Formats: sequence, C-alpha cells, structure tokens
Amino acid sequence: MNEIGMTTNEIIGLALIIIGVLFDLSGCVGLVRLPDVYNRIQASTKCVVLGTTLILLGAMVSLASPQAVVKGIICILFILITSSTAAHALSHAAHRSGVSLWDKSVIDRYAEDHGHENNEEGAL
Amino acid sequence: MDEMKASSSTYELKPWVQRLVLFAVCFVFWLALVWPVSPVDGQLLPGDIAAGLFVSAFVAMVMKEMVRVNFIRFVNPRSWFWIFVYLFVFSYYVLKGGLDVAYRVLHPAMPIKPGIVKVRSVLKTETGRTMLANSITLTPGTLTIEVTEDGIFYIHWLFVNTLDEEEAAKQVLRRFEWFIGRIFE
Repeated sequence: MNEIGMTTNEIIGLALIIIGVLFDLSGCVGLVRLPDVYNRIQASTKCVVLGTTLILLGAMVSLASPQAVVKGIICILFILITSSTAAHALSHAAHRSGVSLWDKSVIDRYAEDHGHENNEEGAL
Repeated sequence: MDEMKASSSTYELKPWVQRLVLFAVCFVFWLALVWPVSPVDGQLLPGDIAAGLFVSAFVAMVMKEMVRVNFIRFVNPRSWFWIFVYLFVFSYYVLKGGLDVAYRVLHPAMPIKPGIVKVRSVLKTETGRTMLANSITLTPGTLTIEVTEDGIFYIHWLFVNTLDEEEAAKQVLRRFEWFIGRIFE
C-alpha cells in the first residue's frame, strides 16, 4: 500500500484497463468515421480485439490470483478466435450480397474474379 | 483437402477415444471457468462439477464429428515450441495492428487506401490455412474475405501498398506462413 491506497498490481492493472478502453474507443470512432462496411469491420476487429485483450490483462494483473489469470487467458483465446471468424463471415457475406467497396478503393480482385452475385441485373 | 485426410487417417483415433478427448477438454474448460476468483468466499460446489460433467458428456455425445484435429501433430513437442514462438510474433502484430488502425482512424485526414487484393499461400493443410486467415484478420490493416480450395486468399487491405500479387503476398502472408508451416506441416 502507498499513499493513494492502491497496490502496485492495481495501478498497473488500472493503467492497462485505461489503455484498453482508449483502443476500444478508437475502434468505435473508426466505426463511425470510416467509409464502407469492410473498413468498418477492420476497425471494429483490430482495435476492439487489442482493447479488450488489454482490459482482460488489466483485470488479471489487478486481481492477481491464479483463477483470474486462467479465466482471463481463456477469454482472450475465445476473443481472438471468434472475432476474426466473425469478421471474416461478415465481410464475406457482405461481398456476396453485393455491398460495394468505397468509391476511392483502389482495387477489387475478388469482384474481378467472382463478380457480385446479386449484381448481375444491375441491382446496385 | 486430400493431403489432410491422408495424413490424419493414418493416425485416426477410434470414435470413443475422440469422444473421451472432447469430454476431457470440455470438462477442463468448464472447471477453469467456474473456479471462483475469490479464494475467501468462493468454493467449487459439487453442483457446479455435476453440471459440468453433464454438459461435457452431452457435448461429447453430440459433437463427435467436430474432432478432426490431428492429435499426433499436437503432442509433437516441436509444434509446441513453434506455437510458443508464434505467440510472441503474433502478439507483436496484434499490437501493431491495433496501433496502426487507431492511428489511421484518429488522424484528421484519415490516410486510407482500401482495396481487395489476391494472394496465393503455400500452405496446404486446412488447419494451417484457417490459422493463417485468422492471423491475417487480426493484424495491421488486413482482413481475409475468402479462402479458396486452391489456397488463394482474397484480402481486404486498409492501405494497399502495391498492386503486384507477389509483392502483396510478401507483405501480408509471408510473415506468418513460415511459422504456421513449422507448426502444422
């Protein structure tokens, strides 16, 4: 204990949690600012995975018990697996149902090779 | 994939062993999750354990077909060593990915140049490709949209540096391929 009444673990944990929340926040800003579905999925996976992982690490450090560490590691593992899988499924589904890329996108090799499946009658 | 089937059928476990492994994995995960955080007021209750046994047994009964992982590969210590190394490489890229995207999003001019590129992977096994696709999605500015049967990855890239297929593969895929190849192939 020191003069602010927190242990070192708690201070480090809190710092990690604050950094994590800032990353989560920037992910949300990206969700609003970025132009199309694909870019937004990028922001919401990358920043949110990093942010949430840091929050969990912060919780692990500040609780500092083996139980908390085990739970934290399992949760991090699940987040890593599920968020990337969800991002892949969402973006793939969006592309298949004909959601176009942003106007200023430089290239779309997937549309060149496969075409937008619902786009053949000029729906979009 | 044919190679995958050929290699795993050599070591194919009997169905009841597969179920037993699945049961054990589920039960261990359950115990880890119900293990109380506070050692003072928390205790592992018999009811928790019973529920875990029941659920794990149910999952093991229903999900037999889901266990297609090559177990021999997983008990190989060399794979474990490379998984351990890969963990650090991967963490570094996750950190870089988060920082990179946060920078692009918060920058007033928003320096993005998105596009979907096509790259070819040298990995042959399904597990390896899945892991590669997931790793790509979590790292700087890249998102896997589709993986085809013959190992072509379509990747949405937040900042397309190059339109050349080889160069793009070098920048996006190669940094992980080497490690994943060591782990799974």
